[in-house]
Amino acid sequence: MDLSAINPVLLIASLMVAATPILLAAIGELVVEKAGVLNLGVEGMMIVGAICGFAIAVNTGSPLVGFVAAAIGGAVLSLLFVLLTQVALANQVASGLALTLFGLGLSALMGQSYVGVKPPAFAKLDIPGISDLPVVGPILFSHDLVLYFGLALVAAVWAVLKFTRAGLILRAVGESHDAAHALGYKVVRIRTMAILFGGACAGMGGAYISLVRVPQWTEGMTAGVGWIALALVVFASWKPWRVLLGAYLFGGITVLQLNLQAAGVAVPVEYLAMSPYVITILVLVILSQQKSSAPAALGRIFHASQ
Amino acid sequence: MIVLEKRPQPSKLWAYGTPVLAVLLTMIFGGLLFAALGKNPVDAIRTIFFDPVFGEFAFYYRPQLLVKGAPLVLIAIGLSLGFRAGIWNIGAEGQYIIGALCGAGVALAVYPLEAFWLFPLMIMAGALGGWAWAMIPAFLKVRFGTNEILVSLMLVYVAEQLLASMALGLLRNPDGFGFPGSRNLQQYPSAHNAELIAGTGMHLGVVFALIAVIFAYVLLSRHMLGFQIKLTGAAPRAAKFAGVNPARLILVCLGTSGALAGMAGLFEVAGPAGQVSIDFNVGYGFTAIIVAFLGRLNPIGILLAGGLMALTYIGGEIAQGQLGLPAAAIDLFQGMLLFFLLALDVLTNYRIRLRKGEAA
Amino acid sequence: MTAPLLSLTGLTKAYPGVVANDDVSFDIRPGEVHALLGENGAGKSTLVKMIYGLVKPDSGQMLLNGVAFAPTEPRAARADGIAMVFQHFSLFDALNVAENIALGMEMPPPMRDLARQIRSVSETYGLPLDPYRTVGDLSAGERQRVEIIRCLLQDPKLLIMDEPTSVLTPQEVQILFETLRKLKSEGTSILYISHKLEEIRALCDQATILRLGKNVGACVPSETSARDMAEMMVGTSLQTPERSGRAFGEPAIELSGLSAASPSEFGTALKNIHLSVRKGEVMGIGGVAGNGQDELLAVLSGEIPEPSDAIKLMGQPIGRLGPNQRRALGLLAAPEERLGHAAAPDMSLTENALLTGAVREGLTSGGFLRWSAARGFAENIIQAFDVRTPGPDNAARALSGGNLQKFVIGREVLQRPEVLVVNQPTWGVDAAAAAAIRQALLDLAAKGAAIIVISQDLDELMEIADSFAALNEGRLSAPRPTAELSIDEIGLMMGGAHGMEVAHV
Repeated sequence: MDLSAINPVLLIASLMVAATPILLAAIGELVVEKAGVLNLGVEGMMIVGAICGFAIAVNTGSPLVGFVAAAIGGAVLSLLFVLLTQVALANQVASGLALTLFGLGLSALMGQSYVGVKPPAFAKLDIPGISDLPVVGPILFSHDLVLYFGLALVAAVWAVLKFTRAGLILRAVGESHDAAHALGYKVVRIRTMAILFGGACAGMGGAYISLVRVPQWTEGMTAGVGWIALALVVFASWKPWRVLLGAYLFGGITVLQLNLQAAGVAVPVEYLAMSPYVITILVLVILSQQKSSAPAALGRIFHASQ
Repeated sequence: MIVLEKRPQPSKLWAYGTPVLAVLLTMIFGGLLFAALGKNPVDAIRTIFFDPVFGEFAFYYRPQLLVKGAPLVLIAIGLSLGFRAGIWNIGAEGQYIIGALCGAGVALAVYPLEAFWLFPLMIMAGALGGWAWAMIPAFLKVRFGTNEILVSLMLVYVAEQLLASMALGLLRNPDGFGFPGSRNLQQYPSAHNAELIAGTGMHLGVVFALIAVIFAYVLLSRHMLGFQIKLTGAAPRAAKFAGVNPARLILVCLGTSGALAGMAGLFEVAGPAGQVSIDFNVGYGFTAIIVAFLGRLNPIGILLAGGLMALTYIGGEIAQGQLGLPAAAIDLFQGMLLFFLLALDVLTNYRIRLRKGEAA
Repeated sequence: MTAPLLSLTGLTKAYPGVVANDDVSFDIRPGEVHALLGENGAGKSTLVKMIYGLVKPDSGQMLLNGVAFAPTEPRAARADGIAMVFQHFSLFDALNVAENIALGMEMPPPMRDLARQIRSVSETYGLPLDPYRTVGDLSAGERQRVEIIRCLLQDPKLLIMDEPTSVLTPQEVQILFETLRKLKSEGTSILYISHKLEEIRALCDQATILRLGKNVGACVPSETSARDMAEMMVGTSLQTPERSGRAFGEPAIELSGLSAASPSEFGTALKNIHLSVRKGEVMGIGGVAGNGQDELLAVLSGEIPEPSDAIKLMGQPIGRLGPNQRRALGLLAAPEERLGHAAAPDMSLTENALLTGAVREGLTSGGFLRWSAARGFAENIIQAFDVRTPGPDNAARALSGGNLQKFVIGREVLQRPEVLVVNQPTWGVDAAAAAAIRQALLDLAAKGAAIIVISQDLDELMEIADSFAALNEGRLSAPRPTAELSIDEIGLMMGGAHGMEVAHV
C-alpha cells in the first residue's frame, strides 16, 4: 500500500467533482421540501436526467445542450409526481418510490443504444496564468462550468429563501398550507413550481454523473446518489450552506475511498465501497438527536375544502 | 373546472375497482409504449399476459408463476403491515440478500453434512438474518428517531457490497476454479429447496407465502395487533390515545417484514437461484413494493397482485425472446402500473365533479 | 342615515347536501360594529369567506360603496379595503412576527421599515408586540395581535373578526374592545362574528342573526336581552342543565408535584401541578388555549408517562401506567381534537368504539377481536346519546361535529368511569348537543364519578363545575368553589395571578 500516491490537491479537486451531483440534487430537493413536499423520487429523476443529458450531448456534440436537456428531462418526470401528489392527492412517500422505480426503468430503456458510447468532453475553465497556479489553480480555477453553476445555485437559493418575497411565500406554504391558502396564496401552483425546480436540479445532477464524473452511460449508474441527496437535506437541517458542506463531505468520502482502493489499502474493496452509505446512516443517526427543523407541513396532503 | 370533492365515506366500489382499472390503463399505455418501440402492441400484451398461462409452452411457464410469485408475495405481505401503519421499509431487497447469505452460510459451513434438520435451520437463519438487517432501521428509529426510509434503503447498498464480498471471498466455492459464486445448493440434497411435487414449481417458499397470506389476513381482520396497525396508519395520535405503543409497533412491523424478506431470500438462493452469486437477487425487494400497493395492502389482494406481477416477469422474458422486447420495457411497465394505481386511488376518497369556476 | 359601506343582497351558497347560506341580505354602515350572530354551523364562516374572496357565492350580489363587488381571491378583497382576523389557521409558527405580517400584505416594505411600522401601530393601538419574535413562541393573545396588526397596516375600511375573544382572558378582551372602539371612532367598520351574547351587547351597534344558513332577524344588541338573542339564534328555548345537590366522597384522583415536558415543539410544559378531585365532584379547569390543556389531558390519559407517585387513582399510584391500564382501573378521557385524536376519521364507528372500549367492555378475548360485541357497543352509544348516523358502519368523518362529539363523550360515559377527564367537551358543537353533553357529565357525577372538565368556555364551566382552577403557562391555580367566584377573580386566575393577589382585589 502506498498512501503517498494520493495527491491532496488532486483529491480536493476531484472531491468537488464528486460532490457536484449530490449538491445539485440536494439543493433542488431542499427547495421542494421547503415548500412542504417530500419527493422521494430524486434517484429516478437523476437517472432520467443522466440519460437525457447523455443522449442529447452525444447527438448534438454539446455537453451544455445536454445539461439543458437533462434539466428538462428531470422536470418532465417530476411533472408525473405533480400529477400524483398535487392533482390526485396521492401519498407522497409511495409516489416518490413510484417515480424512482419508473425512472430506473425508463432510463434503462432510453439508454440501450448508448451503452459504451463516449460523450463529448466538457470544456474546463482555463484562464492562462490563474488556472496554472499551484494548489489554488487546480482546486478553484480549472473545473467545468456546471460545477461553478452548482455553487452559484446554492448561493442563489440561499439568497432567494432568506431575502425575497418569493422565498418567504415558499417557506410559508411549507409551514402551513392551510394558513397560506387562507391568505390567498396558490398552494398547489407554488408547490408545482418547486417540484419542477427540484426535478430540473436532480436531472442536471444526474447528467453531471454521466457526462463529467464517469463519463459514460451504464444502467442504474446513479447508484443511490439520489437517496444520499435526500439524506443530505436532513443533514443540512434545510439550510442551503449546510447542503454545500454536506455534499463536499460526502464527495470527500467517496473520493477518499476510491483513492484508498487505488492505493491498495488492506481493506477489501467492497467495504470501502459501502462506506459512503454507512457514513450516511451514521450522520442521520447523529442528526436525528437534535430538534427537528423540518418544514411543518412536510409530506402532508393539501386539499382546499370549501 | 374540475373539482375534487371529499367523499363522506371511502367508496367501496372504487377500492376494488381502482386496481382493475389501473391494470387496464397500464395495458393500454404499455401497448402504446410497445408500439413506439416498433412492436405489435396486441402481440406484446398477449405474449405477456396470455402466453405464460395458456400459450403453447404454458406447461413450462405455469410452474414459473409460482416460483416468481412466491418471493413477491412473501415480501409484500411483510411490507404491507408496515405500510399500513405508516412505517416505510423500502429496504426489503437488502433484507432479502442478508437472509439468503445467512441461510446459505449455514449450509455451506457444515457442507457436506447431510441431516434432516439442516434445511429447517437454514430457514431460521434466513429469517433471522433478514430480521436482524431490518432491526437496524427499526432500532435507530425507536432509539434516535432516525428516518427508516433512508436507513433501510442505504442498507440495500451495504448488503449488495456484502454480497459481492461474500460471493468473491468467504462463501466462494473452493472447488470452483476461482470463479465467483458459492457451491451450488441444488446439488446439496439436505440444503436444496427442491420442488415438493416435481414439475409444479411448488417449493416450500410457496407454502410459506400462502401461510403468510392467511396469517396476515387473520391478523388484520381479527386480531388486536392488526387493529393497532391499521389505527396507527389511519390516525397516529388516536392510536397513541388508544394505548398503542408506537416503538413496539415499529419493531414488530419492521422485524416481521425483514424476517419474511430474509426467508424469501433463503428459499430463492437454496432453490431456483441455487448459489450465492453477485447478482442472484433480481430486484424482488423493490417489485414487492409495487405488489403491496397493487394489492391495496390487503393480504388477498397481494396474493392476486403477486401472481399478476409474476406474470409480467415471465411474460416479459418470453416477449424478450420472441419479440425482442427490451428487459427495461418490463420494468417501465411495472412502474407504470404503480403510477396508475396511485393516481386512481383518489377516486376512492374523492368525487370528481365539474363545477363553475371557484375562487381559491 | 349614511349610505352603507357594504351591502349584501340575496347571497346563497350551497354545498352538496347542505345549503350553507340561503338568501342572506344585510348592510354594514361606515364606522359601525356589526355583529354576525349564530350557532356553529349556522353559516357565518361561509358568509365571511364570500366577502373575503375565498368562496364564490352561487347567487346574490355584494355592493361595496355602491359599486358591485365580487372578489375572486383574498388579494382582491384586501385591495378593496377588506381585512380579516381569522379564528385560526392563518399564522406560520416557524416564521417571525414581521414575516407573518409581510405575508398578509400586497406590497410589503423592506423588513426593517416594516418592523418600524409594526412597532408604531402596536403602540398606537395599545397592542405591544416585538416584530422579531417567532410566532410559535407567542401566547394566544399575542398571536391575535399579530393578525390584528397585519390588518391595521393595510388601513382597512372593513375589518372582519371571526370569534376573536375565544382565545382571550377577560382582561385581554377589555383591551381588545378598547382597540376596536378606537378603530370605530376613526371610521372603520367592523364585522364581528361571535356566539357570545354579552360581548355583542357590550360592543356592537347592530346585529344580524343567522340560523341554518338563513338570516332570521336583526336587532340592536344594546336594546335586546341576551336571552331573546339566544332564542333567535337557536330557534327554541333552551334548557339549562339540572344539577342536583351532591355530596362529595373520597378523593378519586390526586396529582402531586406533576411536571411534564410538552411532546410538541410549540407546546407548553406542565409545571408542578397539584390537584385533588373527589368522587361526585366536577372540577372545571379554565384557561386560554395553549396554556397546557392538551398536555394535562395527555398526562391524565396516560399518553405522557409520569413518575409513579405523581398521579394517584383512589390512592393507588398510576403515573407510569399506559392508557389501557388506566382504563382498566376506571380512569377514562376524551381529548379535544375529535378527528385524529379522540377518533380515527376514516374508520367506522364500530372500530372507533373499539378504540377505547376494548378493555372495559370486553371487546377482545385472548387478543382476538369480538366484532359483534364491538358493533353492539357502538350501537349502544348511538342510541343512548342520540347520535345521528345511518349506523355503526359509517366512517367517523361522515358525522357532523356535534354528533361525533356526542359519540366520543358517550363512548367514555357508557364505560362507567370512576374518573372522567374531558377537554373542550362542547367545542364547535350546536347548542342542543352541547346541552345534552353537559347533562350527561352532570348525571355521571351524580352517580359518584369524579369529573375533570378542561374548557375555554367560562360560561360552560360556571354552569356545570363545582370547583374551578385555571391553567396559565403550564401552572395550575389553587381550585376554588365556583359559587363564590366573580368573573374578575376568574380573569385574574387565568392571567396567572394566584392566591394572595386575588384576595386583595
